[in-house]
Amino acid sequence: MNFDITLVVPELYFLALVLVLMIQSLGDREWKPVVEKWLPFGAGLGLFVTITGYGLHGLMFWDVYKVDMMSQFFKIAIAFGFFVTVINASRQPTLDEGKRADYYMLLGFSTLGLMMLASSVELITVYLALELASYSMYAIIPLRAKNKGAAEAGIKYILFGAVATALALYGLSYIMASQHTTFIAELMTKSWTFADQPMAVIGLSLFLAGMFFKLALFPFHFWCPDVYQGASNETAAFVATLPKMGAIVVLARLAVLLKPGLEITTLLAVLGALSMTFGNLSALAQTDLKRLLGFSSVAHAGYIMVGLVSGTAEGLAAAAFYALAYLIMNLLVFWVISRVAVDGRNLQLKDLNGLYKRAPVLAFSLAIGAFALVGLPPTMGFMGKFFLITSAWDHGYNWLVITLVLNSAIAIYYYLSLFRHAFTEDTTSDSSPAPDNSWFASVGAGLLAAAVLIVGLVPAPLFNFAIAAGKSLIQ
Amino acid sequence: MDFGYPVLTILILFPLVAACGLFFLRAPQVVRMYTMAVSLIELLLAVPMLSYQHNADFQFVERLDWVHQWGLEYYLGVDGISILMIWLTIAVLPLCVMCSWTYIGKRVKEFHFCLLFMTSAVLGVFCALDLVLFYVFWEAMLIPMYLLIAVWGGDDRKYASLKFFLYTLAGSTLLLAAIVAFRITGGTFAIPELMQIDFSFQFQFWAFLAMALAFAIKVPMFPFHTWLPAAHVQAPSAGSVILAAVLLKMGTYGFLRFCLPLTPAASEYFAPMMIAISIVSIIYGGAIALGQTDIKKLVAYSSVGHMGFVTLGIFLFNLRGVEGALFQMLNHGIVTGAMFMMIGTVYERSHSREIKDNLGLGKYMPAFMFFWGLFALASFGFPGTNGFVGEILVFIGAFQNSTWIGMICVPGALLAAAYMFRVTLKLAWGGPSTASKWKDLNAREWAYLVLPAVFVLYIGLNPGFIFKIVDPSVNKLLDDFDKRKVAHVETVQPMQTAANDILDVLAGKK
Repeated sequence: MNFDITLVVPELYFLALVLVLMIQSLGDREWKPVVEKWLPFGAGLGLFVTITGYGLHGLMFWDVYKVDMMSQFFKIAIAFGFFVTVINASRQPTLDEGKRADYYMLLGFSTLGLMMLASSVELITVYLALELASYSMYAIIPLRAKNKGAAEAGIKYILFGAVATALALYGLSYIMASQHTTFIAELMTKSWTFADQPMAVIGLSLFLAGMFFKLALFPFHFWCPDVYQGASNETAAFVATLPKMGAIVVLARLAVLLKPGLEITTLLAVLGALSMTFGNLSALAQTDLKRLLGFSSVAHAGYIMVGLVSGTAEGLAAAAFYALAYLIMNLLVFWVISRVAVDGRNLQLKDLNGLYKRAPVLAFSLAIGAFALVGLPPTMGFMGKFFLITSAWDHGYNWLVITLVLNSAIAIYYYLSLFRHAFTEDTTSDSSPAPDNSWFASVGAGLLAAAVLIVGLVPAPLFNFAIAAGKSLIQ
Repeated sequence: MDFGYPVLTILILFPLVAACGLFFLRAPQVVRMYTMAVSLIELLLAVPMLSYQHNADFQFVERLDWVHQWGLEYYLGVDGISILMIWLTIAVLPLCVMCSWTYIGKRVKEFHFCLLFMTSAVLGVFCALDLVLFYVFWEAMLIPMYLLIAVWGGDDRKYASLKFFLYTLAGSTLLLAAIVAFRITGGTFAIPELMQIDFSFQFQFWAFLAMALAFAIKVPMFPFHTWLPAAHVQAPSAGSVILAAVLLKMGTYGFLRFCLPLTPAASEYFAPMMIAISIVSIIYGGAIALGQTDIKKLVAYSSVGHMGFVTLGIFLFNLRGVEGALFQMLNHGIVTGAMFMMIGTVYERSHSREIKDNLGLGKYMPAFMFFWGLFALASFGFPGTNGFVGEILVFIGAFQNSTWIGMICVPGALLAAAYMFRVTLKLAWGGPSTASKWKDLNAREWAYLVLPAVFVLYIGLNPGFIFKIVDPSVNKLLDDFDKRKVAHVETVQPMQTAANDILDVLAGKK
C-alpha cells in the first residue's frame, strides 16, 4: 500500500477537528465550553492548512485516492466554504442551545467527506466519500428549532437522496459488470459509445444521476427549493454551496470519459440546457428568497455542464473556476440573508425593501452578489461565465452556449428584483426586526463582496490554478 | 504622442475613484459642489487629447495583458470615430450636474455616484479596443442608468426602468456569444487585429445578426424602440440627458466600430434591411412625435427619428453618409441633451410635462424661449445650425446611393419641422398662458444652456474642424470596407446556408 501521510494533512486536520467536536458533543451536561468561540479559528486554521497543501500530488491506498491539482483546488474551495459557513452559523438564532456542538460536528463530517470526495479516483471510493458527506446532511437539515417545515425538508432530502444513491449504486454495478474496472484512469481507455457498451453507458448515466442529485441538476432538482426553504438560513448556506463542490469535482473527473459527440455527453448537454432554462423560468415566479436561490442554483448547475461537455482541459478549468465563483457568490448572498433575518425567519422579497437605508453595506454587498449571479461584469460571475463559453465554443455544443447566454437574459429579471427591492423600494412596515448592522455583519459581507469584485477584475492567478487543475486531468 | 502617463486610463478611472470619495461627504450642497469640481477636473484631464493627430491610427494606445490564457487584454485607444464621443461624454457631465442642482432632492449622494460611475463606464466603452473590455464597460453602464430611472424617475419609474434593463441586457447577451466566437475563429480579442481578418461569410452572417441586435436595441431602431420613450419620460432630466446624448450613441458607435470593419460582407448583405429599418424609424418616429401631448415624449420620439438618420448614414457606406452619421451623433447629443435640460427647467416651474400646462411662455420667459427656439431649429436641421450639417450630409449620401432612398427621407425631415414647430408655437404663444408667475432662467440655467447653444452655432457655421478629425478614420474605414466587403453572395447563398445551419443544430449535428 502506497501511503504518504503528508499528502492527507488537510483531511487529517479536519478529522481531528471533527473528533474534537464529537468529544465536546458527548461531554456531560455540566461541561459546556462555547463551541462558537474556538471553532472559527479552527476552521480558519483548516483553510490555512489546506492552502499549504497546494502543491501536493501523489497516489495513495492502492491508487484509489489521488492528490493532484484538481483535488487541491476543490479542497481549498471546500475549506474556504466551511470557514465561511461556520462563521455565518455562529450567530444562528434557530439552533437549540444543547445541539450546537452536534451541529458543527455534522457540518465538519460532511466537509471531511467532501474533501475525500475531491480526491477519490475510483468509483467505489467516490460512493463511500459521497455517503459520508450525505449522511450528516440528512441529519443537519431538520435542525431548526420550532419549525415543522424543516422536518419536512429533511424527510424530502432523505427520500430523494436515498433513491438517487440507490440509482448510483445500481449504475455502478453495471459499469463494473461491463467494463471490469472501477478506476477512472482505466475507464478512460474503454469505449463509451452506446453501440459498443450499452450497459456501461446506462450504468454511467445512473451513476451520474447520483451526482446530479447532489448538484440539483434538472430533473433531479426537486428537493432543492424545498430543502433551502425548510432548512434554516445558515444551514441552507451550507447545503447550497459545499455539496455542489463535491459533485462538480466528481463530474470533472468523470468528464474525461465524456468525449464530445458521445451519446452520454449529449445527454449531459441536454440536461444542462433544460436545467438552466427550467431553473431560471421557475425562479421568475418565486417570492421566497431561499426558494429563488434554490431555483437559481438549478440554473447554475446547468451552466457548469457547459464546461464539462467541452472535453478539454480549459473546459474543466472553466467549470472549476465557475464552481468557485458559484461558491463565493452564494456564500455572499446567504451571508446577507442570514444577517437580515436576525430572528432566523424565511425572508420574502419584500423584506428587502429599503435595505439600502437600514443596512447600506449589506445592501451593497447583496447587489454585488446578485449581479455576479447574473454574470454582469466586472464580477467573478461574469468571468466564470465568460470562461465557460469561451472554452465550450466550437467543441460541438454551440447551441448549448447560445442557450446559456439567452438564459442570462431570463435570469436578470429575478436577480434584478433582489436589487430593486433593496435599493429602489422604500420600507413598507417596521414590524420586522432590524437587520444586523454590526461590524461582524458588515465586514463579512464586505470582504466576500470584495472577493467577488477583485477576482472578477483580476481573475488570472486563480484561473491559472484552475487551468493547472484541468490539465492534471486531461493533457 | 506620449505624455508620460496613461491619459485614457486616468480619464476613465478618475470619475470612478472620485465617486468613491462621495461616501465621505454629507451635506447635499457639498456633494453637488464636489461633483461639479470633479467634472471640471475631468475636463482638464482631457486636455492632452487636444493633441490628437489628424490621421487614421489609433492614438493614446495602452496595452496590457489581462488574462493571458484567454488572450484578454487591457487595450485602449481612440480614433476619429470615438474621440468626438469622448469629448461629448466628458462635456455632458458638468451639464448634468448643473441641471440636477435643484431637480434632485432625495438621495443626492447616490445620484451623483451614479452619474460619475456612468461617465466612467461610457468613456470605457468608447476607448476599449479589446472586445471583452468593451463588453465589460458596456454592461457596467446598465446598473447606474437603471438606478437613475428607478430611484429618481417619475411615477411610472418601476415599469420604465425594468423595461430599459431587460431590453438592453437581452440584446447584449448574444453580443457576448459573438465576441467569444470572434476569439475562437479569429484568435484574438483585439479589435484592430480582427479588422485585418477575413471571416467566412457564414460566420459573418451570424456574427452580424448577434451584434446588430444588441446595437439596434441600444440605438434604438424601429421595432426595438419601445423602451426609449418610457425610459426618457420617467428618467430625471440628467438621466434623460445622458441617455440621449451618450447612451444611444453607443449603439451607432457599435455599428461603426464592429459591424462594418469586422463583418463587412454581412453588413453589405444586410444593408438594404438596415436602410429600410432606418427609414421606417425616421418616418415612424416623426409621425408619432407629431401626436404627442407630453413634451418629453415628443422629444423622445424625435430621438428615434434622428437616430434613424444616423443608422441610415452608416449603412449607405459612402463618405458623406458616414460623415453625416458621425455629425448627427454629435449634434443629436448636443441638441437633444439641451432640450431635455430645458424640459427639466420648465418642469421645475410647472411640475408637468404636458404641453397644455406649459403654454405661452414667450412673454414671461423670453430667454427660455430663445434657447428653446434655437434648439428646436437645430433639431430639425435649419441651415446655420449644426443639425443642418448632419442632415444634409446624410441626404447627400442617400441621394448618391439611390434617388429613391433620398426621396423617401424627405418626408422624415418635413415631419421633424412639423412637430418641432407645433410644440414651439404652443410653448411660445399658446394661450391661456400658465407662466405669468414664473421666473425666467437663472444664472445656473443660463450657464448650462449657453454652452450647447454655442456649439450649435459654432458647428453649424464652421463644421470644418470636425471633418478634419473624422475624415482620416472614416476614409480608412470605408477603404477597408470596400476591399473586404466582397461576398460571393451568388455562390454562398446566404439564406440557404443560414437555414441549413439552423437545421443542423436542430438535428443535433453540431
